[in-house]
Amino acid sequence: MAMAGEKGRGRWFVIAVPYLWLLALFLAPFLIVFKISLSQDVVAQPPYAPTLDLAQGWAGFTEFLSGLSFANYGYVLDFSNEFLEAYGSSLVIASISTVLLLLVGYPIAYGMARAPRSIQPTLLMLVILPFWTSFLIRVYAWIGILSPEGLLNQGLMALGVIDTPLEILNTNLAVYIGIVYSYLPFMVLPLYAALEKLDLTLLEAAADLGCPPSKAFWTITFPLSLPGVAAGALLCFIPAVGEFVIPDLLGGSDTLMIGKSLWTEFTVNRSWTVSSAVAVLLLLVLVVPIVIYQNIQQRELEAGK
Amino acid sequence: MAADKARKETIGAVRRSFAPWADPGKTPLIRFENVVKRFGDFTAVDHVSLDIYEREFFALLGPSGCGKTTLMRMLAGFEEPSEGRLTLAGEDLAGVPPYRRPVNMMFQSYALFPHMNVQDNIAFGLKQDKMGKGEIDARVEEMLKLVKLEKFAKRKPHQLSGGQRQRVALARSLAKRPKVLLLDEPLGALDKKLREETQFELMDLQMDLGMTFLIVTHDQEEAMTVADRIAVMNNGVLVQVAPPAVIYEQPATRYVADFIGEVNLIEGTITQTGQDETHLSSPVTPFPLVVAQTMDCKAGDTACIAIRPEKLRIALEPPADQTENVFEGEIWDIGYLGDLSIYHVELACGQRIKVSQPNLSRVVARPISWDDKVWVTFAPHAGVVLTR
Repeated sequence: MAMAGEKGRGRWFVIAVPYLWLLALFLAPFLIVFKISLSQDVVAQPPYAPTLDLAQGWAGFTEFLSGLSFANYGYVLDFSNEFLEAYGSSLVIASISTVLLLLVGYPIAYGMARAPRSIQPTLLMLVILPFWTSFLIRVYAWIGILSPEGLLNQGLMALGVIDTPLEILNTNLAVYIGIVYSYLPFMVLPLYAALEKLDLTLLEAAADLGCPPSKAFWTITFPLSLPGVAAGALLCFIPAVGEFVIPDLLGGSDTLMIGKSLWTEFTVNRSWTVSSAVAVLLLLVLVVPIVIYQNIQQRELEAGK
Repeated sequence: MAADKARKETIGAVRRSFAPWADPGKTPLIRFENVVKRFGDFTAVDHVSLDIYEREFFALLGPSGCGKTTLMRMLAGFEEPSEGRLTLAGEDLAGVPPYRRPVNMMFQSYALFPHMNVQDNIAFGLKQDKMGKGEIDARVEEMLKLVKLEKFAKRKPHQLSGGQRQRVALARSLAKRPKVLLLDEPLGALDKKLREETQFELMDLQMDLGMTFLIVTHDQEEAMTVADRIAVMNNGVLVQVAPPAVIYEQPATRYVADFIGEVNLIEGTITQTGQDETHLSSPVTPFPLVVAQTMDCKAGDTACIAIRPEKLRIALEPPADQTENVFEGEIWDIGYLGDLSIYHVELACGQRIKVSQPNLSRVVARPISWDDKVWVTFAPHAGVVLTR
């Protein structure tokens, strides 16, 4: 019995580590942000009230509670304040980007998975290689490519394809280009992982049963790569919704994304409370796809391979 | 019971007289004509010519890497021959993609589609043929019944046992009623008992459906059990093509004799040849050896006698019958298997031979034991002389 107890304690200790990690680095910051979102802006340090004064004991605590309100949420959810529009626009941009990423990423992942085994590690390296450069610098580089005097326009004009420079920079198109470029590895890697483990004898079996290769792609390869498609799509969609750098650097003044709104609220309007409310609502919006992703992973594990 | 008996009699009648390969009037269904397959520098299949007839259960037997699977994959269309011609029912198969060939294959790994249930797996091939839905359902039903999996139609492959998956793979490959069914090590993943059962099921199935089966296996017992004819392959070459009993009793070469079952190879020199009689001398024994066989060779040629352990007899006394061949030796080791005992006998020259004897009685007055001096004998018709 003593042995079992010891073993049980050892196991609990191991399991507790990730939970402590989550508690310290996810739950605690979230609770702080959530608390701020329920406060009111004040000109003070910190710039919100109420704050919990433990020196006053229980009375201080009840006073603290009575000072909290959901007013900021009302403000964010008010149609006249553009936040709802920004959420919607973010979801649309993230969705379209995810579809584009899938269209670009799938052929890349497929080509990698079907390449000779010996060169697959090299291809994988090439996909990961851009991470060696700072994300910010890579996005800045796109300004140089897409601007009216940029590489793209100069190249096209030199070739005589166009006479006047294309307006790409500071439009939503530039945002799509930026997101697709930046997030491509997150789409390609899970797709590659799914396609690479596909048993090629299944395709032989399909051919043997009278199914030509083009059709076998849709009946065998694609359905079996769906877990990879889902993982890649969510890995791209979730961060794309809250994306701030890309719309800020490449997008125009009319590019409405929630990450940008949050930034403006925090830095320009200096409202910690409203920006906290925006962040909490963003998290709620993203809980749905995150739960879906978790479910898919769970099912993958249970299918047991 | 009566139906069973009647069925057995018809099967017996067909099996007894089935030998289309011996009938020059019969056209083979499958013809390999001088087929060569190279992968880079490696020749996997080396000038193979082989005829397989309709309704035949044909086995390709050989060690791994001997080219048997490549030969089958060329028939399925997954590999194209580097040289030579391959025809099916008179039609040249060159350039015909796998999805247009009237053959189906049961894969070694079963290759069941993991995202489809049993029913959809079986229906897959039928759907490719644009068959009507009612017809597909009826055929799937029939196949499920054939392999006794009616209750498992809605299960996914990963919810089935190994034996059940094997049967789904079989049903799927049979569903389209192919001219030829290819079986690539179909029973490799099953345990011994289930494998033996399934071998007999396969034979009955082949009989009932009247299809041509081509099985690839490295398991000689499996090939012997199921096949009408066996082709023994080694290093990409066909060594011998014959019915199981011929392969076992009259192997063409030392390789075949050694690959199929247990054998003792006694090397020697031919001293005399005649009608139904070949004499050899061997360093193994001072006595001349006689085999009842007509050989196309002359005195002085080297040859060997291949003799199966069960065709040797062992005794503690010298034999009375002078017409038998005899070796003198000492017991080196004994293996008691219950039904049989295997004796390893060391001859004077140092070569060891294996003798197996059925244990006919529960009690023996003086059992043969370690270090006993023994006489091993065999009749002239028990061995076979091999020159290759």
